[in-house]
Amino acid sequence: MTDAATNTADLQANTDDDEFVPAGPGIEIKNLYKIFGPDPKKWIGAVKGGMGKEELNRKHGHVLGLTDISLSMPPGKITVIMGLSGSGKSTLIRHVNGLIDPTAGEIICDDADVCQMSVEELRNFRRARTAMVFQKFALLPHRTVLENTCYGLDIQGVPRATSEPVARRWIDRVGLKGFEDNYPSQLSGGMQQRVGLARALATDADILLMDEAFSALDPLIRLDMQAVLLELQEELQKTIVFITHDLDEALRLGDRIAILRDGRLEQVGSGQQIVQHPANDYVSAFVREVNRGRVLQAATVARPLPQDNLPDMQLPGKIVLEEAARRMIAAGASQALVVGARNKPRGVLNVSDVLTAMVQPTETNSSQPKGG
Amino acid sequence: MAATCWSLPDALCRFPALDNGTLREVRKTVDGGFRDLVRNYSDWIDAATAPLQVFLNTLERTFTSTPWLIVLIVLLVLVWASSRSMKIVGGTAIAMVLIGWMGLWEDTMVTLAMVSVCTILAVILGLPIGIIAARSDRMQRLVNPVLDVMQTLPSFVYLIPVVVIFGIGKVPGVIAVVIYAVPPMIRLTNLGIRMVDSEVLEAAEAFGSSPRQKLWNVQLPLALPALMTGVNQTIMMSLSMVVIASMVGVGGLGKNVLQAINNQFFTMGFLNGFALVAIAIVFDRASQAFGHRLQKHREVRHD
Ligand SMILES: Nc1ncnc2c1ncn2[C@@H]1O[C@H](COP(=O)(O)OP(=O)(O)OP(=O)(O)O)[C@@H](O)[C@H]1O
Ligand SMILES: [Mg+2]
Repeated sequence: MTDAATNTADLQANTDDDEFVPAGPGIEIKNLYKIFGPDPKKWIGAVKGGMGKEELNRKHGHVLGLTDISLSMPPGKITVIMGLSGSGKSTLIRHVNGLIDPTAGEIICDDADVCQMSVEELRNFRRARTAMVFQKFALLPHRTVLENTCYGLDIQGVPRATSEPVARRWIDRVGLKGFEDNYPSQLSGGMQQRVGLARALATDADILLMDEAFSALDPLIRLDMQAVLLELQEELQKTIVFITHDLDEALRLGDRIAILRDGRLEQVGSGQQIVQHPANDYVSAFVREVNRGRVLQAATVARPLPQDNLPDMQLPGKIVLEEAARRMIAAGASQALVVGARNKPRGVLNVSDVLTAMVQPTETNSSQPKGG
Repeated sequence: MAATCWSLPDALCRFPALDNGTLREVRKTVDGGFRDLVRNYSDWIDAATAPLQVFLNTLERTFTSTPWLIVLIVLLVLVWASSRSMKIVGGTAIAMVLIGWMGLWEDTMVTLAMVSVCTILAVILGLPIGIIAARSDRMQRLVNPVLDVMQTLPSFVYLIPVVVIFGIGKVPGVIAVVIYAVPPMIRLTNLGIRMVDSEVLEAAEAFGSSPRQKLWNVQLPLALPALMTGVNQTIMMSLSMVVIASMVGVGGLGKNVLQAINNQFFTMGFLNGFALVAIAIVFDRASQAFGHRLQKHREVRHD
């Protein structure tokens, strides 16, 4: 079959992304376990030995939050954590800045283990390195937009004379110029979340944690905020951990997507990999409803380069299949050369492959070995 | 009496109380012990209450010896500053002029001084206790039953230990009033801080706040409505207790009311009562309006 062929092209497309990668700190999560309850340490052995969430709760009255999570979040990229309600997303992201202590495991950031930090070190880590955006905004109701944006810097002890210009710049940047002296209660949800974003960006932390930051917004404002975030990220290249339960949002924002289910990682990969090659039934159920024509990219379904007979028509690898089909039909071409950055040839795209990939429901991996 | 006993044995009919001799012994021992204790520590007690005495006397003298017009103007300015409402200021002016006209100015000043001191003390005491109770569940478990007892105890009962320990006078009066007025401040501070939105608190934590920064930036400002209600309640309770404290020698309007009760002076009792009510309304309106003004940011603007 052609599966193997597409696989290789796909991997290629995702590995030699010749983009600039900033040398910031990534976040490395290693074998993280979290058990909620009065005496978590007591049951960690049993959980490591394979006891499930349901059994632990029924027999011992403890809640299994996270099971054996190992995940690396690359610097300067957006890592999306996705999963249904109760899957442990919030629990996971709160480990990154130490709001929750793990039962076992490590969170390494810059050679330092967040879990081993003293209270003082942790406070400084939070002040200098991380910023967080919350689902329900969590703004201070008695402070104006400007004062809210200054908040992180206030805590660091930066005088207002220094922090105000910074805050004004970020308020301007997120599109709230003119609202500096309003109180949060006078703003719409979308505007409040912009304040939340400005507040997080004003501290200039290199790790940005966003827990369902856009989930409370209505769809149009949400798209708008996603655009704002992508635009900012283009320029700032922060290490962003973004939580959502919305696949479209995950695919739009995520350089890497991690899918959680009941506290376990089901699959980690790029959006393209997850849509094209879901690791198991759970993930394929997740991606079944997705509009493949608008998600899959030309490079993902391109076949490897043949030795000769390269087609004349060229298509950028990053465009989605719908767009590729439109261009090929307009040009009357049945084959096109997919190129990467600096016009480097990547593979060949057939119209029939485009169509197959667009209509084919996610390949059922039930017949294949897991993780294939 | 034996007739109502239906041939029950005596112990089941009449309550088997301790006999009078034993009770007398118990009373004598406890009272004597208390008296000795107080006598032994009287210097210490006097020293401890001396600053209070000075504070109270100074304030009372300032209130009573300043010309009434100046006191009235200062009072009106204060009411205006806290409420920004001409209606409340006007009402205050009318009430105070009527009080003065009825010849109760001096007594009212004494009561005002007393209530001010008691409220300030109750807030100074109640706020930190409330904060500590909000921070630790154990502390809350300790404080709550004490507050329950304090709030169910009839106000007269407060006077007994106070009089035994501190004697008769203004200072024991202040102590009784403060003890009576402090529970709502503690309770509402504790409640207000515990009700603060946990997301906002988590945000403060996530940005690296120290406990002190959390308290000042988040917990106290967000608990402000509850705190203001606490202050308001404390003022009201001070006012009502000031009347009862006149039994241990506190002067002012309360003393007049007490005399009126003892001598059945209807008009005198009524007028003094009216003056107390008027002061209560002024304090209540002014402090509530102040609380609302601090909450301006809660108003949603519709334009
Ligand atoms: N403090 C806690 N004590 C006990 N159980 C907890 C606690 N916090 C979370 N849990 C449990 O851990 C699991 C994961 O919760 P978590 O809040 O991380 O889910 P989530 O993926 O963020 O869900 P949502 O999309 O609803 O926010 C849930 O089963 C929850 O009941
Ligand atoms: Mg959550």
